[in-house]
Amino acid sequence: MTEAPNIRPLGDGALLIEFGDTIDAVIHDQVMAWDAALAENPPQGMLESVPAYASLMVAYDNALTDLEQLSSQIRTAAKLAQTAALSPAEHCIPVCYEGEGAPDLGAVAERLGMTSDDVVAQHLAGSYEVYMYGFAPGYAYLGGVPDAVQLPRKAEPVRGHKVGSVMIAGGQCLITTLPMPTGWWVIGHSPAVILDPDGPRPFLFQPGDRVHFERIEGE
Amino acid sequence: MPRVLLKVETAGPLTTIQDGGRPGYRRYGVPPSGPVDRLGFAAAQARVGNGRGDPALEISHGGLRLSCVEGEVGFALGGSGFIGAVGLAKVNSGILRAGMTLSITQNGQGNWAYLALGGQLQTRRWLGSAATHALAELGGGRVAAGRILEVMTPDGQVAASSQNRAETPSKISEVRIILGPQERFFPDSAVNALCCEPFAASARFDRMGMVLDGPALVPNSLDMLSEPAVRGALQVNGTGQLTMLLADHQTTGGYPKIAVVIGPDIDRVAQLSPGSPIRFVSISAGQAVAIARKNRAEKEAYLASLRDVSSLAERLMNRNLVDGMVDGLTDGSADTGPADLT
Repeated sequence: MTEAPNIRPLGDGALLIEFGDTIDAVIHDQVMAWDAALAENPPQGMLESVPAYASLMVAYDNALTDLEQLSSQIRTAAKLAQTAALSPAEHCIPVCYEGEGAPDLGAVAERLGMTSDDVVAQHLAGSYEVYMYGFAPGYAYLGGVPDAVQLPRKAEPVRGHKVGSVMIAGGQCLITTLPMPTGWWVIGHSPAVILDPDGPRPFLFQPGDRVHFERIEGE
Repeated sequence: MPRVLLKVETAGPLTTIQDGGRPGYRRYGVPPSGPVDRLGFAAAQARVGNGRGDPALEISHGGLRLSCVEGEVGFALGGSGFIGAVGLAKVNSGILRAGMTLSITQNGQGNWAYLALGGQLQTRRWLGSAATHALAELGGGRVAAGRILEVMTPDGQVAASSQNRAETPSKISEVRIILGPQERFFPDSAVNALCCEPFAASARFDRMGMVLDGPALVPNSLDMLSEPAVRGALQVNGTGQLTMLLADHQTTGGYPKIAVVIGPDIDRVAQLSPGSPIRFVSISAGQAVAIARKNRAEKEAYLASLRDVSSLAERLMNRNLVDGMVDGLTDGSADTGPADLT
């Protein structure tokens, strides 16, 4: 938290704090540290903060504050919290890598020149972090897919995957919470409920949490 | 509390239940949702005496037709581009009674309308809000043919505004923006084109965004990490096409945002009918905040004036209900007949 990140306006009710432009655990730790600092000492007029891979958005009520005042208070809050240690939760997520729930596993193996079991072993070996939620409710973007199984996304999105699909693209992994078309590669299915709309805890993960996967047989 | 039942006879595909919105959950991928035209929504609510956070119906392409099955309820239309009719009479507010059918159809001067019903519309909530996130169908949900809507009305009174004139704010043509945060992904020529060339509203819109026609603003690079997005952001895809993000916007996006439309102008752009011309004017964040504060004060005064009219109408209405007849009441500018035709 020693470097001063850029703060840019994002319209008249939000600003964007930029820490870098790569998916990187160190940069993301910085994002989460600033997020925690703001949660601990919310500046006047702050409405919410939204962590992403390498940036943090802060939405504000422009009746109560403005870009200049809020930027200065954010920098102060971040300095005060420099010693705050983050203690992310860890989750073990079961995945079935067989049958209908893993429609792309064979194609991924073929493209990478390995067996399906190798792909599964690589995916299980990854150590994942929840970098952010994005796109739609409960879509948690996990970083940490091992280099050996990284593939660019498909040329065209495909429809019809069921909720709970475990899919990868590049260094990212995601467990779907809605039936949306996607260009990511679906290599398994998880019974874990990431989005439980009416439950006491609607969202399983907090940004910054750690995740590992565990293989299960046919659900 | 008296109960009112309304049956949805027909509904366009974008018809949903909305309320003041669901702020505070963007870190979980959940946008605030709520009405696309916030002032139109609040105005309709004020006219039936509801709070601005209460649920009401949002209507777009295809309109809405509903019949009253049981009870009676005051209603008011807000927003732009739609007109109501009970039988042959054109109405924007009034009382709906058992046996009556209200039809809301598009008249071409806007994209989003609101039907407020005086009382508490009974609906599913999610994370404390009835606002529908259309993609996930969470919250109050879509309103489709066959759905029965239940409203609990206040005891002993049916609130209905007599102000029958549709409030249609003037069309916006000069749209104020704050450049960035990702204008660096574009050549100078694209940033110049954004501020100099004409653009236009298009027919390609939903609750997530509206495509704006104009010159292609092709980014230098699309190699950008997903970053948080906001309502009003002008997001540019690989072919240079501009989309203004709306109430159900994706909370993060990997397409660069060249600029963001200021709060007071977003909803007015969303109401522009296809082909309506606009120009973008770049202002500073500081100027934008000053404009937003002034705009907020004006909106509050406007809504307060509607509530005053509404409560006066209510008082007169209650007196008039004795003989079942409602006059033109307080608003001399009413251009359509009284809604109460029983």
